[in-house]
Amino acid sequence: MTSPLDQKIRISGPVVITANRLVDGAVVYRRADGAWTDNLEDGAIAMSATCARELLAAATKDEISAVGAYIAPVRIAGDGKMRPGNLRELIRAAGPTVEQAATKATESVDVPL
Amino acid sequence: MYLYDELDRTLIAERVGEFRDQIARRLAGELTEEEFKPLRLMNGVYLQLHAYMLRIAIPYGTLSSAQLRMLAHVARHYDRGFGHFTTRQNIQFHWIKLKELPDAMAELASVGLHGMQTSGNNVRNITTDQWAGVAPDEIEDPRIWAELIRQHVTLHPEFSFMPRKFKIAVGAAAQDRAALRIHDLALRLHRNGKGETGFEVMVGGGLGRTPYLAQTIKPFLRKRDVLSYIEAVLRTYNQFGRRDNIWKARIKILVHDLGAEAFAKEVEAEWQSIKDGALALDPAVIAEMAARFRYPDYAPLDESPPALADARRADRRFDAWMSNAVAKHKIPGYAIVTLSLKPEAGTPGDCTAVQMEAIADLADRYSFGEIRVGHEQNMVLPHVAKRDLPRVWRALDAIGVATPNVGLVSDIISCPGLDYCSLANARSIPVAQEISRRFRKPELARELGRLHINISGCINACGHHHVGHIGILGVEKNDQEFYQITLGGKADDDAKLGTLIGPAVPYAQVADAVETIVTAYLELRERPDELFVDTVKRTGIEPFKERLYAAH
Repeated sequence: MTSPLDQKIRISGPVVITANRLVDGAVVYRRADGAWTDNLEDGAIAMSATCARELLAAATKDEISAVGAYIAPVRIAGDGKMRPGNLRELIRAAGPTVEQAATKATESVDVPL
Repeated sequence: MYLYDELDRTLIAERVGEFRDQIARRLAGELTEEEFKPLRLMNGVYLQLHAYMLRIAIPYGTLSSAQLRMLAHVARHYDRGFGHFTTRQNIQFHWIKLKELPDAMAELASVGLHGMQTSGNNVRNITTDQWAGVAPDEIEDPRIWAELIRQHVTLHPEFSFMPRKFKIAVGAAAQDRAALRIHDLALRLHRNGKGETGFEVMVGGGLGRTPYLAQTIKPFLRKRDVLSYIEAVLRTYNQFGRRDNIWKARIKILVHDLGAEAFAKEVEAEWQSIKDGALALDPAVIAEMAARFRYPDYAPLDESPPALADARRADRRFDAWMSNAVAKHKIPGYAIVTLSLKPEAGTPGDCTAVQMEAIADLADRYSFGEIRVGHEQNMVLPHVAKRDLPRVWRALDAIGVATPNVGLVSDIISCPGLDYCSLANARSIPVAQEISRRFRKPELARELGRLHINISGCINACGHHHVGHIGILGVEKNDQEFYQITLGGKADDDAKLGTLIGPAVPYAQVADAVETIVTAYLELRERPDELFVDTVKRTGIEPFKERLYAAH
């Protein structure tokens, strides 16, 4: 398997480094100071392949905090805020687009046994 | 139910202990992710989009009420209050935390549940007919054979690092309810001309990027030879299967490339050298395994209780459910009840902790403590006295699992898709939900008759789209979701892969496309009882294609 760092990095717009947190798998983003955050807004933006590669290299080394780091596209919305750059990243950031079953079920159902 | 012995319990408990240690070492940084990943996968732990996912095997789809209650407990305490039943008689929890996994697994182990071999290149959970042991058209209970094979291949070192995963299914009824021909290896118990029972052995089935139906390589295998023959198949695959290309590594590619006949010859040569050795099954071993499956102490009951007929006359909803979800049991006075996990606009296969607990209670009270799970992502109460059906229906209706849509248009098989899965290219669940909304009227669904819609969010085909009467495959083009539609597939004893109807349609048009196809069927069918899939077989896809692409 080719390491992400050995792959040719091509970017066509702003990107961040994202991964899943080791302890619980939650979606996290790499901050400029080398910490991880679950808030996309706080992620470090890279605008060039060189910058993205550097961020990814540092992130990949820190696998005790987060695993599976990769480069994800973002877009800068009209309000200047950062948004996920595609549907997959939107779902990772915001959760499933469908209601989860448990939210539909009440905790006490009167089951006529 | 199969009764676990001390060996089963020890093996599972030891595995939990090992995994607890491995997780602790990973969290402490003593194991790298590269070292840890194969270890977690061996225990059914994947990393998905939002969290870790834990896949638990439900061998041959049989659960005790205690096991289902434990699944509810894990859903509530370690996850988000629900679980997702899959197309392989497994359950998945989508929001598990790595640090809590050892405790969750220890609790599951206390009732004999585990995630071993629900991932990795080994023999996966062995599946069968969810009506095993109770179906009137069955020769004998296929679970005895599934369990014998399960025990043989569990942690078998020779079969723990195969070229790819290996899925086995066993069937023993006239009607195939286990989708046998889409498996790497399938066994079908049948009687030969002399009246002896034995197995038809099929190999090389599988969906995914290159779908094939399994081909018969041995029409009749004696029961004593089941383990040795499977071992010969697995060895042949281990030796010749490709390891250089993940897309060509499944046994289906090997069988296709060699040809079924040449593959069978290789198996036969290997088998001749081992068939009379330690794996030849002594009748006493088979009898001992059969004795470990306990059957309920059925009471002599009236096959047609008058109160049931009265209840059907009195309540049209109950009557509709009876016609749809209740099937004949092999014992007079009892029925097989299917619980639909496909409510209108729901997530196919999802079940909440509250529902699981209620179903476990109902199983204790009305189904001898036993529950089944089928590959269509529904559940079953396998032994309900017919006189109890009105009460059982009221309870199932109260928890939302009595939608009378079993086998109908809104009984959709769907993988989790891009809402959860890291492999997916497109969403599956919201597509299923929109289709189920469009066809929510029970009269319309009944008018359409048996119609299976299967949806996968990527080419790996966990949603079995190739064998859906209408198959829907999500693909991604330029960051947009598109869906390819196939018609005419089926997974029964006359299995067939569907035919692609034409160019993919965008996300927003999938439900419209399905409506157009279904409307075309209503116009094209020759008789009201000509099923959708039979109309497609008779007419081909052209008339559907004309209407679909004229409309869109």
